[in-house]
Amino acid sequence: MRTTSSGKLVGLLARHGFLVIICLSALYPLWFIASTALKSNAAYQLDPTGFPIHPTLGALRSIVADQPLPRWMWNSFFVTVSSVAASTLIALLAAYAAVFGRFYGHRVFLSTGVALMVVPPVTLLVPMFVFMVNTGFVNHLQSVILFYTGLLVPFAIFFLSNFFRTVPLELMEAASSEGAGPFTILRRIVMPLSGAATVTLVVVQAIWVWNELLIALVFLQNESARTLMAGLTQFQGRFATNEPLVLAGALISIAPVVLLYLSGQRFFVRGLTAGIGK
Amino acid sequence: MLWPYLYALPAVVAMAFAFGFPLVQVVRDSFYAGDFTRSPIWVGLDNYKGVVSDPEFRQSLLNNMKLLLSVPIMLGLGLAIALVLNDRIRGMRQYQAIVFLPYVLPATAIGIAFSFLLQGNGVLNTALRKIHLGAIAQDWLGNSHLAIVSVGGLVIWQQLGFGVVVFTAALLALPPETAEAARIDGANWWQLQLRVLVPQIRPIIELLTVIQVITVLSWVFNYVYVLTTGGPGYSSSVMELYIWRSFSQGANGTAASIAVMLFGMASVLIGLSLWVRRRAEAA
Repeated sequence: MRTTSSGKLVGLLARHGFLVIICLSALYPLWFIASTALKSNAAYQLDPTGFPIHPTLGALRSIVADQPLPRWMWNSFFVTVSSVAASTLIALLAAYAAVFGRFYGHRVFLSTGVALMVVPPVTLLVPMFVFMVNTGFVNHLQSVILFYTGLLVPFAIFFLSNFFRTVPLELMEAASSEGAGPFTILRRIVMPLSGAATVTLVVVQAIWVWNELLIALVFLQNESARTLMAGLTQFQGRFATNEPLVLAGALISIAPVVLLYLSGQRFFVRGLTAGIGK
Repeated sequence: MLWPYLYALPAVVAMAFAFGFPLVQVVRDSFYAGDFTRSPIWVGLDNYKGVVSDPEFRQSLLNNMKLLLSVPIMLGLGLAIALVLNDRIRGMRQYQAIVFLPYVLPATAIGIAFSFLLQGNGVLNTALRKIHLGAIAQDWLGNSHLAIVSVGGLVIWQQLGFGVVVFTAALLALPPETAEAARIDGANWWQLQLRVLVPQIRPIIELLTVIQVITVLSWVFNYVYVLTTGGPGYSSSVMELYIWRSFSQGANGTAASIAVMLFGMASVLIGLSLWVRRRAEAA
């Protein structure tokens, strides 16, 4: 009896030990970014891993005041809000039409969307860039907004149509027999029921756009049009010997994501893993 | 009923614009040379021939294959973590929240931090020397054999939590009766995990494997760009980086021909993912 209970204790400790090690390795790079951003360059060069004994906001202040960082943040914010709003709206209409309108070919339409979800954007890059050059959109935010919107639509349709399938049809049939049109039903019945699902979808898409690098790097090449991620890679080269400055920029780019994550972790987990499962 | 067509129209237009048009155009582009803003020149299969015989392309393809090794590691470790969490361990939600966090962070910012941690005189080597393990210290990013391994490490670090969350959800959704029956029959912990629980979530494991294979073949630009930019030389380049590089030098036809090849590989996997997904949903 005694051996089994001590054996259980060892097992329990081993499990927690294992999980704690995993968690520490997940968190360490974040701690490294945050602690370095709070050091002066001299303090960092002296002791890169140490605790910031004399924390300073110098690096953060100088990256915001002397660099185009606020502009880049605004660009990222604007691009994120525009493309997520557009794709959510487009997908809302399409998923509603596919699930409740059941138009001819809706099955093919939905499975095409599922296949497109995993098409690597890099394969679409060259023709899109040429298109943006020809239309004069290159170096303007609308170039990435248009492309991101299109790229987000398949996942958004997949996500919303899966959710709509769980909405009871009776509700809609009742409304429809009372003479409500499709738009009224969407606005009065479907949308109020989809609140949580829509928030999840918006969060997931926003993270994707905010974090995207390749397209932003290629489409927006002048200093004032860059997104935050593309701008960060500029810092990396420009201030290679001033790590606190670069990581102050990294910290600023991470902060909104972490805050969003802490405020609605459940939305994240559910949404980001929605591509799997049912 | 006309309205469903009207409602679906914007989505059809958006997908035709972002996927349909470039997928058709990129195939055409791969037979031409030039940067396409002026009149392009038909070159037949020359772009493909040039790419296939280019050692830089071969190295890039090889590196994508090497990165495939990170898939079993991240999924195996992810499964192990999920199984431990599945024992309704105390603090499960907190552990899961922390392990998942890296997955949502911008790879660019994280990659930059890793580059400072891993460079020759970076944090990792300094720490190793401090604890008298200087012998293990390596030029993690500057050594042409190690650079791609470092990229793989970063990929695992960021993608690990995804598998953990997906597997945990799948395990929690299993009916408790089977595990209970196995326990009554005297199965020990390992037998329970490997013979009872893991086989039941096999369809999910397969689906996630296909998805992560697609990820390491075609969504790793971010990591490579900030960590090594393909260097030293082109020793840690990947196909996406090669596309980006050719394209930045105005060799659009070359970039298009690799894009077509990459898409060919991805399509096989996409087809596989649709098939596996159907099985996972039926299970």
